[in-house]
Amino acid sequence: MGSIQFKGFPGKGSFPHGIHPPENKELSSNVPIEVMPPPERVVLPLLQNIGAPCEPIVKPKQEVAWGETIGVGKAFVSANLHSPINGVVEKIGVCTLPNGRHLPAIYIKAKGDQVVGQALYDDVLGGHWPKDCPIIYYPTSIAKLIHEAGIVGLGGAAFPTHVKVRPDDTKMIDTLMVNGCECEPYLTTDYRVMVEAPGPIIAGALHAARAVAAKEIIICIEDNKPEAIASLRAEAKGTVIKIAVLKTKYPQGSEKQLIKAVLDLEVPLGGLPADVGVAMSNVATIAAVARSVIREKPLTHRVISVTGRGIAQPKNLLVPIGISMGEVFNFCGGLTPDAARIVAGGPMMGFSFSNLDMPVTKGTSGLTVLTHSDLRRERETNCVRCGRCVDVCPMRLVPTKLAMASRHGKLALAQQYNILACFECGSCTYICPAHIKLVQLIRMGKAMVVASRKK
Amino acid sequence: MTKTLENLHGSKAVEIPGPSLHVAPSPHVGNLDFTTRRMMIDVLIALSPPLAMSIYLFHGYALRQLFICVCACLASEMLFVAMRRKPVTLADCSAVVTGVILALSLPATAPWYAGMIASVVAIGLGKIVFGGLGMNIFNPAMVGRAFVMISFAGIMGAGGYEQSGSVVDILSQATPMNAFKQAGKLTPALDLFFGWTNGSLGETSALACLLGGLYLCLRRTASWEIPAGMLSVALIIAGIADLAGNFGGRLVLHHLLGGALMFGAFFIATDPVTSPLTPKGKFIFGAGVGALVMVLRLFSGYPEGVMFAVLLMNGVTPLINRWTIPKALGEF
Repeated sequence: MGSIQFKGFPGKGSFPHGIHPPENKELSSNVPIEVMPPPERVVLPLLQNIGAPCEPIVKPKQEVAWGETIGVGKAFVSANLHSPINGVVEKIGVCTLPNGRHLPAIYIKAKGDQVVGQALYDDVLGGHWPKDCPIIYYPTSIAKLIHEAGIVGLGGAAFPTHVKVRPDDTKMIDTLMVNGCECEPYLTTDYRVMVEAPGPIIAGALHAARAVAAKEIIICIEDNKPEAIASLRAEAKGTVIKIAVLKTKYPQGSEKQLIKAVLDLEVPLGGLPADVGVAMSNVATIAAVARSVIREKPLTHRVISVTGRGIAQPKNLLVPIGISMGEVFNFCGGLTPDAARIVAGGPMMGFSFSNLDMPVTKGTSGLTVLTHSDLRRERETNCVRCGRCVDVCPMRLVPTKLAMASRHGKLALAQQYNILACFECGSCTYICPAHIKLVQLIRMGKAMVVASRKK
Repeated sequence: MTKTLENLHGSKAVEIPGPSLHVAPSPHVGNLDFTTRRMMIDVLIALSPPLAMSIYLFHGYALRQLFICVCACLASEMLFVAMRRKPVTLADCSAVVTGVILALSLPATAPWYAGMIASVVAIGLGKIVFGGLGMNIFNPAMVGRAFVMISFAGIMGAGGYEQSGSVVDILSQATPMNAFKQAGKLTPALDLFFGWTNGSLGETSALACLLGGLYLCLRRTASWEIPAGMLSVALIIAGIADLAGNFGGRLVLHHLLGGALMFGAFFIATDPVTSPLTPKGKFIFGAGVGALVMVLRLFSGYPEGVMFAVLLMNGVTPLINRWTIPKALGEF
């Protein structure tokens, strides 16, 4: 796949270990982003990010306009919430998310004219974007605009972005890394944004770098996305931004692995990229940052890919946050008869769910519908200690030991083997020849360790 | 009621009907082409060069031994698993692998009961009593072989390999390891390399073992660290012995190519179940086996030491695992 050019960076262009699952990106990679027609109703959970929920500032029957603030994140790690449509607040009810959490949510019914089609696309991604960061922005004012726009990481983890870009007196940031790896199989969300809208990514990166005072900006893309590389290269001409082309491997999009691959730095256990002077954000997040700073528009829409062999017409869609998953599926021709599992996110780390009334949230990077044949697995047998899980673990852990310690409740042993360093990428379960549910057991063990520490 | 309960316990696969949705924690996909069974088949493919060589050299003796060991291993697997009231595990092919490795480690002329007892002990005491494949501490084939070797020292010892007046010429020679131990006579290195010598069925040809071993390492079914550690340490110690005795390099070749060193390095020590988990641990394990083989060959009464060396290092494996807990990314 393409030429590997990895000059000018300290890293090797790839991290040690990892796996190569079938990419299956061709299902939706060549489908241009389509604008979803506005929904009748949106459901906006008050907690769509890591951290604390926001507080609603609207009442039932109150009219809200597109972009109006309806929830305020008062805690430090929290995010504001905005209405994605013109409408009327119906109620403050409850909804369930794919990760199983029941949350209070604002229900809004559409009312009046909506911005649709190309006009909406141009507002979010299209139009002209500057190629520099004018000095009218002081770093804290950029951070403030990002905070007001309610931006969270759109790659899936949904960590509030303003926390990352806020100037910190204790940690110096020198490098801003823009993560365009999208290493999850199937998903093409970031890919389409990079191909179609390099403008806001370049503009957003320059503004975010100013906010964190980073002097180096690196956009990281895997070599299975040559079109995205070409598109960003052309757009980045004449700026300080560098493009790093990495060897395709899962889970390269994980921030610790990506920092290792590009900069050859290891983020300390339990630490954050800021500990090694790096701020990292996903490409779609950076595009949202550009929109929030330059156009002063909040995060109300996002791009998702709806893909997998269980969906009639795989598509990439620009959807309002809060639209129901069922509506999105109907727009894509519905599920095929052999659809077996719906996953919010990709097949390696996504959450499966069955209730189609669930809303798309800020962190929904895509919807993957898998078929029975995709899910085919064999019966679990004993571990033969072949060490394949050790060979693939990107955190250099010993998954089989962790999983067996978790299964038998041996929490001290699990901690001795650094169970909390696992970020649940699933590579060990993927590769296991005995089909042991390693990461599932480790996840359980992690929960037990955390619970025992709280006591 | 009992029927549904049976289904719940997974005794029969439940057919999942049409377009129904189900949920489960991630990851939702897995690799399908690499299974435990596939690993075992890899080992069988890799064993084919030494197997072919043994049939070429020992004719019917090899086939008879193979037949006895494989049948006895399969039968004892069924018997012992039934005694544990567990589902039959023949499909994973591990019993066949144990049978073939065991047969190839026996002398051509060993009587039928030796192979059979070795098989029963290998599967029963070596594997199933610990809880089946993956749970055993010691290499099952070597447990079986050690049992008959100690029980029937006469027929299994060095003398058991020689049978004068046999239709197979090679059987009238002493094994290269014994010829050197007893008479200080070195077999030509080329004979050892290609395998025109007496010895356990599968061990005679270093070339055949290398071919099979390379396949295993390339498939990553066997970890290259184990043979690398084992052969390099054996080379070093044999080199010292060579220099001390002024053999001019011939003793090094004798130790590297002769006896079960190659067969053991690629097929016995590499058993994943009884070797450490991490690459570093595997190298230490291999190095330990290599050192013990050479210590036994040079200083013990036995002409050969691969079997005991592997069994001893198997016992140390949990300790090695504990020594070699890898440092996590970002752990300093």
